Amino acid sequence: MIRVVLPAHLRTLAHVDGEVKIHVEGRATQRSVLDALEASYPMLRGTIRDHVTHERRAFLRFFACERDLSHEPPDAALPEAVATGAEPFLVVGAMAGGA
Amino acid sequence: MSRIRVLVGTRKGAFVLTSDGKRERWDVSGPHFGGWEIYHVKGSPADPNRLYASQSSSWFGQVIQRSQDGGKTWETMGNKFVYDGVTGTHLWYDGTPRPWEFVRVWHLEPSPSDPDTVYAGVQDAAFFRTTDGGQTWQELPGLRGHPSAPAWQPGAGGLCLHTILLDPSHPGRIFIAISSAGVFRTDDAGKTWRPMNRGLRSEGIPDPNAEVGHCVHRIAMHRSRPSVLFMQKHWDVMRSDDAGESWREISGNLPTDFGFPIDVHAHEPDTVYVVPIKSDSEHYLPDGKLRVYRSRTGGNEWEALTNGLPQRDCYVNVLRDAMAVDALDPCGVYFGTTGGQVYVSADAGDRWAAIVRDLPSVVSVEVQTLP
Repeated sequence: MIRVVLPAHLRTLAHVDGEVKIHVEGRATQRSVLDALEASYPMLRGTIRDHVTHERRAFLRFFACERDLSHEPPDAALPEAVATGAEPFLVVGAMAGGA
Repeated sequence: MSRIRVLVGTRKGAFVLTSDGKRERWDVSGPHFGGWEIYHVKGSPADPNRLYASQSSSWFGQVIQRSQDGGKTWETMGNKFVYDGVTGTHLWYDGTPRPWEFVRVWHLEPSPSDPDTVYAGVQDAAFFRTTDGGQTWQELPGLRGHPSAPAWQPGAGGLCLHTILLDPSHPGRIFIAISSAGVFRTDDAGKTWRPMNRGLRSEGIPDPNAEVGHCVHRIAMHRSRPSVLFMQKHWDVMRSDDAGESWREISGNLPTDFGFPIDVHAHEPDTVYVVPIKSDSEHYLPDGKLRVYRSRTGGNEWEALTNGLPQRDCYVNVLRDAMAVDALDPCGVYFGTTGGQVYVSADAGDRWAAIVRDLPSVVSVEVQTLP
């Protein structure tokens, strides 16, 4: 079981409180985790990565185990602690200012 | 007695304001989708409890919401807006080619006859449609296929398709407006389009016959006379009497003819409303006074409507989709400001009152007249 922490607006959109727990078949990668997340919560499609290119949206980043994984290849293995559920995979909104 | 439902989109959520036909006491529901930009909320004429909302965010992109109970509850619909075929390029601000890139939905226009069919105007400018109630969206590519499209350039708000008018008397005829390409018309339900900008004059466009490039802020029509169109251009208030084939200026005695919204009285096709704004470099009201201007002569002769509106120290703006009319008699007129006020006049503009004063900055206002 993989734990995913979503930013507040996406938790609201997905109608979830706290962490999301998802099951990933095979190796845990950014792609497989996000595929499983979007399969369980279709309303999140397009909000974290582009529908077609699957590129991460510009104002979001991915963290785990105190590491910024945003620029890791999408098929690179996530840290073992994420794969085992010991640590969460964090989707973080940029703390940009704005109105 | 009829009821009124006002659908308000703001920079930080949607609000639903309801009243009876007197339009004096209002219930306020919201914020819905708090913290998100709501560019537009509009109801289906065929099923008034069916509402569609465009929800967006720089962080999370586009979301489409649908309500089947007049805005009490909402469900997330499809948000996949993918351009048809080869994406192509338009011009960027600096005049260099730039690939079309979807940013957000500016305007949702439900079909008058089918609650599952909705047209969407998007940034970067394109015309989309759903026929399954918002689950999937398809571009009608004829518009971007127009030979002028590679020369379209964005206005300050982006290259946005912000206005969609469905002609009630000519099936298949649709008018759209793009900042800053101008007005286009289709007579075959979106397959082919023609620019409709003859007679427009804009500073910075030396060619008086330029086919595109005008920063049209808004167009409006009366249902009973759809061949007459009214336009608030960046500067200039304009009128067409031939379904957009040609335009003439009707700014007349307006204190300034820069502005964003324009709308037509529900029962008087020659009664038109605008909100003059000081200038394109200031984007606030002239003289600190919030004045709606009304023409009862189809333009040129305008009177200031001020009763109930602040007449000092007011420096808000009224955005292009933030004015609407109801269908009651006397006609109700509504508008929202960037200062978060939504005003109503239940007597066609003679007297105004604030429904709410402290919402987030208002982007859009639509009105439903319910049985």
